[in-house]
Amino acid sequence: MLKLLQTTGQTASVGLSYLGQLASLLRDLVCSPFIGKVRCHLIGRQIVSIGFGSQLVVIVTGAFTGAVFAAQSYFKFNDFGIESAVGAVVSIAMCRELGPVLTALMVSGRVGASMAAEIGTMKVTEQIDALRVMGVHPVDYLVLPRAVGLLFSMPLLVAESIGFGILASRIMCVHGFHIPEAWYSHHVRAHTDLYDISIGMIKGFVFAGLIVLVSCHQGLTASNGAVGVGKGTTSAVVIASLAVLIFNFFLSLLLNQLSPLGSG
Amino acid sequence: MESPDKTERQPCAENGEMVIEVKGLKKKIGSQVILDGVDLSIRRGETMVIIGQSGEGKSVLLKHLVGLMTPDEGSIKIDGEEIVGVPERRMSAIRKKIGVLFQDGALFDSMTVAENVAFPLQESGIKKRQELLERVTHALSLMGLEAHMAKMPINISGGMRKRAALARAIITQPECILYDEPTSGLDPVVSDSIDRLILRMQKELCVTSIVVTHDMRSVQHVADRVAYLKKGKIYFLGTPEELRNSTDQVVQNFIQGVSENGNGSNSGVSNGVGLTPVSPQPN
Repeated sequence: MLKLLQTTGQTASVGLSYLGQLASLLRDLVCSPFIGKVRCHLIGRQIVSIGFGSQLVVIVTGAFTGAVFAAQSYFKFNDFGIESAVGAVVSIAMCRELGPVLTALMVSGRVGASMAAEIGTMKVTEQIDALRVMGVHPVDYLVLPRAVGLLFSMPLLVAESIGFGILASRIMCVHGFHIPEAWYSHHVRAHTDLYDISIGMIKGFVFAGLIVLVSCHQGLTASNGAVGVGKGTTSAVVIASLAVLIFNFFLSLLLNQLSPLGSG
Repeated sequence: MESPDKTERQPCAENGEMVIEVKGLKKKIGSQVILDGVDLSIRRGETMVIIGQSGEGKSVLLKHLVGLMTPDEGSIKIDGEEIVGVPERRMSAIRKKIGVLFQDGALFDSMTVAENVAFPLQESGIKKRQELLERVTHALSLMGLEAHMAKMPINISGGMRKRAALARAIITQPECILYDEPTSGLDPVVSDSIDRLILRMQKELCVTSIVVTHDMRSVQHVADRVAYLKKGKIYFLGTPEELRNSTDQVVQNFIQGVSENGNGSNSGVSNGVGLTPVSPQPN
């Protein structure tokens, strides 16, 4: 019993310490543009690297998710004779859940891992110490450009994923299952409004913050050489992905309060 | 370049003004006591060499001097200003007076050699391309690296990386330079050129240097004073001559490279040169 309590206490302590470190990094990040130096060229480079570099991943993920979701929905809806509603279901799901979540998971794998590995390698090879002794704050130089780059890019990537998901679903339904195009379009327009897309983009913005915080923190705290960087990178992807899924649940509940699904 | 003969140097620390003062510095990492009450004062313009066995905390001490590590106890003053407990952002102004040569160079691997050397200048606000190019070229030519400016750090040798890192450390002409194992892993010729550069920096620019090394030949070449770090404390502090003439068995064992069980194996003196007097190099 004592051992169980001890283990629970230790786990809680480690968890709280981790959250404290994330909070501290968040504070430094928020203060950085006001008391540190903003390097616009680095932000631009990150936007290109994150935003432009993630195009293929996001388009493929969005398109195939939309297509397969449309196909599965059609197979079941066909039994009830409501196959024309597939468009509405796919567009709502893509806007509110699948688009932002799958984009965030893909980006955490591609961008989060890269952030943790790059910063972690700089940490274990004393490059971050070199920055510090030259009077450059690591958060200003390494974290802020990545954060701005991802916070700017992610909502656009989510919108792109949603767009390609709905487009693929439309192609699947209209050309694959011969649902009349007018019906499909009518249901999509009738059941999807700007707020649904906004929800996806808001989620994308929040997930971007989570991915940056978790990944940069893992990089900045890496130790023990290549093994440490490897572990940090893995942890960054795992923690960021779990955080995205958990936050998505609460965000969905919260945002659904603001715009209840099915109200309109 | 000048001869590394110490008799030719004109120390600029005659007024004895302390630039770095360390008092009662203690640091524990995990359960291991690394520093156990280090007291050390370094005068302006002098070259202090810190020696000691591997794992005795020399690099840890060096990192404390520039605020990269926070001590558990003790005080560190740079130019009379306490740096322990100073927030990271306020350390920037203090750190601008200091250049650091890291053990493995710590060059930014996403930048070319020239970009690495230009980085501190750019960060200090110099934007003119021509001025940057001139100063970078000058610094790299001092190191014999002008032909390698456009290369990435991964594509040059370890010795070149260290020299490029040294160029980066000195390019802003800091008042104080900390060298972490400046000659480790380098061939004797390059080691000698780095020793000469340390002397030149002191002679021409009155730079205060703190050198962590195992290389006893370097100690003889560059040191004004030597601090021997053992078991987390400064065990010996004196001139290289006092070190050489010390009758303390522990000191003698270290400088002769004799292990504590007396079997003559390496006790931390990496080049095995011991304290054989080094004759001046010809110009």
